Amino acid sequence: MNAGERLTDANFPAHPEKATLEGKNKFLGFWLFLGGETVLFATLFGTYLGLRNMHLDGPSGAELFSLPLVFLATMLLLTSSLTSVYAVLSLKQNKVRSLQGWFLVTLLLGLGFLGLEIYEFIHYVHEGHTFTSSAFGSAFYTLVGFHGAHVLFGILWITTLLARNWNRGITLSNAPKYYLFALYWHFVDVVWVFIFTVVYLMGKVG
Amino acid sequence: MATHESHKKRSGLMDWLTTVDHKKIGILYLLAGGFFFLIGGLEAVLMRIQLMEPDSKIFTGELYNQLLTMHGTTMIFLAAMPIIFGFMNAIVPLQLGARDVAFPYVNAVGFWLFFFGGVLLNLSWFLGGAPEAGWTAYAPLSTVAEDTGVDFYVLGLQIAGAGTLAGGINFLVTIINMRAPGMTFMRMPLFTWASFVTSGLILFAFPALTVGFFLLMFERVFDANFFNPDMGGNILIWEHIFWIFGHPEVYILILPAFGIISEVISTFSNKRLFGYSAMVFATVLIGFLGFMVWVHHMFTVGLGPVANSIFAVATMAIAIPTGVKIFNWIFTMWGGQIRFSTAMLFAVGFVPTFVMGGVTGVMLSVPAADYQYHDSYFVVAHFHYVIVGGLILGLFSGLYYWYPRMFNRVLNETLGKWNFWLFFIGFHLTFFPQHWLGLMGMPRRVYTYMSGQELDGANFVSTIGAILMGAGTVVLLINIIISASSKYATTKDPWDGRTLEWSMPVPTPEYNFAQTPLVRGLDALYVEKTAGNGEMTPAEPVGEIHMPNGSILPFILSLGMFISGFGFIYSNWYVAGAGLGLVLITMFLRSIIDDHGYHIHKEEVEADIKGGRA
Repeated sequence: MNAGERLTDANFPAHPEKATLEGKNKFLGFWLFLGGETVLFATLFGTYLGLRNMHLDGPSGAELFSLPLVFLATMLLLTSSLTSVYAVLSLKQNKVRSLQGWFLVTLLLGLGFLGLEIYEFIHYVHEGHTFTSSAFGSAFYTLVGFHGAHVLFGILWITTLLARNWNRGITLSNAPKYYLFALYWHFVDVVWVFIFTVVYLMGKVG
Repeated sequence: MATHESHKKRSGLMDWLTTVDHKKIGILYLLAGGFFFLIGGLEAVLMRIQLMEPDSKIFTGELYNQLLTMHGTTMIFLAAMPIIFGFMNAIVPLQLGARDVAFPYVNAVGFWLFFFGGVLLNLSWFLGGAPEAGWTAYAPLSTVAEDTGVDFYVLGLQIAGAGTLAGGINFLVTIINMRAPGMTFMRMPLFTWASFVTSGLILFAFPALTVGFFLLMFERVFDANFFNPDMGGNILIWEHIFWIFGHPEVYILILPAFGIISEVISTFSNKRLFGYSAMVFATVLIGFLGFMVWVHHMFTVGLGPVANSIFAVATMAIAIPTGVKIFNWIFTMWGGQIRFSTAMLFAVGFVPTFVMGGVTGVMLSVPAADYQYHDSYFVVAHFHYVIVGGLILGLFSGLYYWYPRMFNRVLNETLGKWNFWLFFIGFHLTFFPQHWLGLMGMPRRVYTYMSGQELDGANFVSTIGAILMGAGTVVLLINIIISASSKYATTKDPWDGRTLEWSMPVPTPEYNFAQTPLVRGLDALYVEKTAGNGEMTPAEPVGEIHMPNGSILPFILSLGMFISGFGFIYSNWYVAGAGLGLVLITMFLRSIIDDHGYHIHKEEVEADIKGGRA
């Protein structure tokens, strides 16, 4: 069977994302990549923890952070992780329209999160908390900004992926791609859970 | 099927720019790494010329600092690692019985990123001066430097490092997923094992460096304050991040050399490697412990006796698995029918040399003593014993050993022995006296010393040694040129090899194995030789072989990174944006253009087998 051929319910494998060697390789390779990403964010978290109280004359985290806003952003991102799970469930059932629908919801929630983050950053800059104002500022924007850049990249990724495969159904070639995007999105979500805890909650209690 | 099979045969330069064949990418890595090795070696010889006599004024001050920075940086990132990747590419898929690596396209991306990163870094010589903050680029030395040298360092290495990370993931997946039937983990040749562990270290060490480089870049380009104490920053963050990467890096470098030495000693002793399982275990253990010892580079920073002691003990513990390896090599030779080819000479020379580097390593791991050795020539002697006496001797050994497989020609053995003796004697002349120079108080990284301090003699000898090492390398170049101008002159198995890379004809077919081999034991080819077959038993009938198409996109993507690097160095956001835009466009194109590769038909494979070409 050709990897680009639309799968039917009759020939649909149990794990379409791992049914070819290419799919297996991508699956494993991406998990490993996420292992590397974990080190990347761990280093950023370490840097942030070392510098988070170094706000000099500028506002501290406790003064800046508004938990309702960040909580809303957290809920948007957590929900988007859930909807990407539904998309993967649809993938496994060969329901391409439902997959597209759930990934579109994921995309919208991701955009909503990004919008809130941009609003938050603009607000902080007006409060005098900028990238160059102190070591705290540099570390904060670098850590949270790296996460935001990951969200942005994910949004570009899923947009391209959906557009390119809109009328193609589920194939052995695009199933791993959908699956990997969902993995990536979960990872970005998990990182956010740590940011919410380490940056915002711990920031609030000082 | 035919709908997805468009395959263009490219030739000449275009073939090399678009190749995704691991054998060709291996050659590209070896050539580019070899080129940077010569540049780094030249920089070393220039430094030794400056230090030949006291109060010398040939390369002083800033220029000397640039030479020492670029020597270290070039040798580690642009010479040693790419040459290792060259061998990994050329040999690991063959040793596994695989037709290719897991991600041929990513493999090409990895090479071109390294290449453009290396070129970017070295262009600094012509564009306002090379970096001069040492290869470790400690803050604040690196953050306050006003010229663009450190910018070239941070962006060039960032780009090259991304390529290395891609390569590491690629080899991990290749080794886990693409082993031939019967090639269990505990039947993998030691070089493949070492490549596996090294790739794992790359995966978990390089992202730390990526972050370190981002922080340094943000500090310099966007005025961030991570390392600026006036703004609440902390210079120690850089040191920690750098060495959390930097110490695993040492094992990233040496483990493949251990692998090469294991292959060579076993082959040229006509014996199975002694203690194979212990060797595998030691390799994994060294890789694991390599992450636990970074603070031994920072003993004098003042982290306190508890931290220093913990890291000292962890460091000393690494001597145990390393010792296991040393004894296993000796026991492999013991009672073997040893053939002293050039490859074997380098391997045998490696063993005592590396032990000496290990002994000084244990000396340095004692924090109290380290306060004496720190930043002296003793440290320089130590790490050159492990990196040159260890890694580089291993790479030379691997080059002579695998040259026939990679280039279809055998290197001249007489010239090879000249190469070995000149380099080996030169090496010890250069670095052995430096132990004493260090103990007598000569600081590293300083461009001169005064006469009358009893430092003159040893420095003079050291420089003579460096020149001998240079002469040894020139002999190697002559050897390569002579072999390149000769015809194909090799049988498929010139050394009576034991592993799969010697089982196919020369030149290696582009699909490696016409039929995937069935592996029936450790030293797969040797098992078949003793069973009287002489060649591998196939695990599958002759059939169609799927191949990936070449692509120019990896080259263009890396070019985009290169262009954006310039943009960031000169704070020109249009250029930076254009470069990154080119990267995104390439990724977009890769994503929307369907490329399912092509098939080599059964008839062609059968014709190749009949003609002795597969």
